[in-house]
Amino acid sequence: MATSTTKAQAGAGRRGSSPQSGGEGAGRRRGSLLHRLDVKGAPYAFVAPFFVVFAAFSFYPLVYTSWISLHRVELATLDVMEWVAFDNYVELWNDERFWNALANTVTIGIISTVPQLLMALGLAHLLNYRMRGSLFFRVASLVPYATSVGAAALVFTMLFERDFGMINWAFGVVGLDPVDWEADKWPAQIAISTIVIWRWTGYNALLYLAAMQAIPADRYEAAALDGASRWKQFTHVTVPGIRSTIVFTIVLSTIGATQLFGEPLIFGQGPNGISGGADNQYQTLGLLLYEEGWKNYQMGRSATVAWAMFLLLVVVFVAQRLIKRARARTS
Amino acid sequence: MTTESLPVRTDAPARTPAPKPESRRSLRVFRPGAGRQHHAGPLAYILLGIVALLSIFPLYWTMVAASTDNTRVSQTPPPFLPGPNLFSNLARAWDEAAMGKAMINSTIVAGVIALSTVMFATLAGFAFAKLRFKGRNVLLMLVIGTMMVPPQLGVVPLFMMMSELGWSQQLPAVIFPTLVSAVGVFFMRQYLSEALPDELVEAGRVDGAHSLRIFWSIVLPIARPAMAVLFMITFVHAWNDFFWPFVVLDMSNPTVPVALTQLSAGYVRDQSLIMAGALLGTLPLLVMFIVFGRQIVSGIMAGAVKG
Repeated sequence: MATSTTKAQAGAGRRGSSPQSGGEGAGRRRGSLLHRLDVKGAPYAFVAPFFVVFAAFSFYPLVYTSWISLHRVELATLDVMEWVAFDNYVELWNDERFWNALANTVTIGIISTVPQLLMALGLAHLLNYRMRGSLFFRVASLVPYATSVGAAALVFTMLFERDFGMINWAFGVVGLDPVDWEADKWPAQIAISTIVIWRWTGYNALLYLAAMQAIPADRYEAAALDGASRWKQFTHVTVPGIRSTIVFTIVLSTIGATQLFGEPLIFGQGPNGISGGADNQYQTLGLLLYEEGWKNYQMGRSATVAWAMFLLLVVVFVAQRLIKRARARTS
Repeated sequence: MTTESLPVRTDAPARTPAPKPESRRSLRVFRPGAGRQHHAGPLAYILLGIVALLSIFPLYWTMVAASTDNTRVSQTPPPFLPGPNLFSNLARAWDEAAMGKAMINSTIVAGVIALSTVMFATLAGFAFAKLRFKGRNVLLMLVIGTMMVPPQLGVVPLFMMMSELGWSQQLPAVIFPTLVSAVGVFFMRQYLSEALPDELVEAGRVDGAHSLRIFWSIVLPIARPAMAVLFMITFVHAWNDFFWPFVVLDMSNPTVPVALTQLSAGYVRDQSLIMAGALLGTLPLLVMFIVFGRQIVSGIMAGAVKG
């Protein structure tokens, strides 16, 4: 910062002194005014598009969501807003489906995120070896990331099909009973989590790999000199070395988990998808939000669900911070 | 959001060696020396082979199912080898299932979003990396903070806004909210702070070039490789984006993921047709990954938080 300020001053000095020495008057001076305007103003102009679009299409809707959640608004008459204060919140609080969706979001979130990140860690470790075909393995791990939710969910829905799906067929081959993946609660949640895990493990592994490669080699050398085994090196050098990346992926996966929508929707195949199964056994908050707004036409209640999702995120992150602080104090 | 929970190295990384001039044109500046490079044993190859198989198999099977017919797909054991109907099924998906229209729509949507994201991200990334202005760090933190806001939360007002603008069921409704990306801005900032030497910007200033001119003649040529990667990654995300397009578009004018849901929700379930649609909708991205796999991998790793 210091060097840049002096540079900028030096530049200004050069500019400022030239009209005096040249004495060419107004033209030059206007030039230098424009120049200063440019130097001062251009950065703001350059970053403005991002903030303008974000403010209009992300920040404003986010804030306005809370206002709508205090109203009764129907999909057919969006311009008619009837003030109902906290009625929507009270109803949501007393609505069994909300607690069910919240619980499902949390359980599917855990089932999909924890194995995903652990496997990504292992995969990154493997990809970090010096080997032949490393590019192939990296691109192959990333192929699911290139597949859209739609396509991935459709394929997995077929693989998990009760009567002719490949997974139940494989179960039969090894002598297991077939599972009704859609109708039963836990199988359905596991199947949905499988889609999430399949799509995102490779992507997270690449993020970990990037971080692993930034760990200085001498840390490993020091650990090896101390007689640390490969496993010890992994737990004591690699994992601490990529801690921030791990935190980052936890944050991203948590956000993703609270928003889960496409996978359960398509897994339920049509109308059944929006309600998250016949007994709402895999309805997430995302699906409930959609159901309230675009199936029951209650936009106010839909906004209330959105706000609840936001609160859930805040609670998760506050809890994470508290745990982190508590652990920092004990260690 | 503070730096603590999203640890981003805003300083230039000390462990990264200064880029050699010839490497500026590639993404190599992002790659510090590998931390540890043991040679892989047979076990590592076997495990990685399994991972690769698991990653690719669902797509392979999509192709298999798309190449047979509905009765064959529903038999046990399920088919493992391709059948003869691939092209006829693809053609049917293109015509009957609105996949043709969806592919065109998705190309427009993803193309426009990727172009504008790259343009605005490079502009803002340059400003954050190399220009001095009041509030720069605060604004940068704000950009990073916006990554933490899931777009789904504002979906109700956004929907109302679009119907007021008369954009419901129209592509602009999908395009406009995603014209910029915080990840993109941050990505370009990271790249340019390492790849663009201060002296070049200074030299441009001394020559009397204004900021836009410097951007055009000095920054753009250097930023090009990163811009290409950002374009591809953004294209993938825009192509696959699901929730908002599903809410605001309908079947008369869908993007690919929206059209795919319709395929599966039909009353007559033709599994081969569904899989043909899924394959069709994934194909453009698969081709991109096969051709530019190296660049995309390095781009994702480059954008990663390291440490």
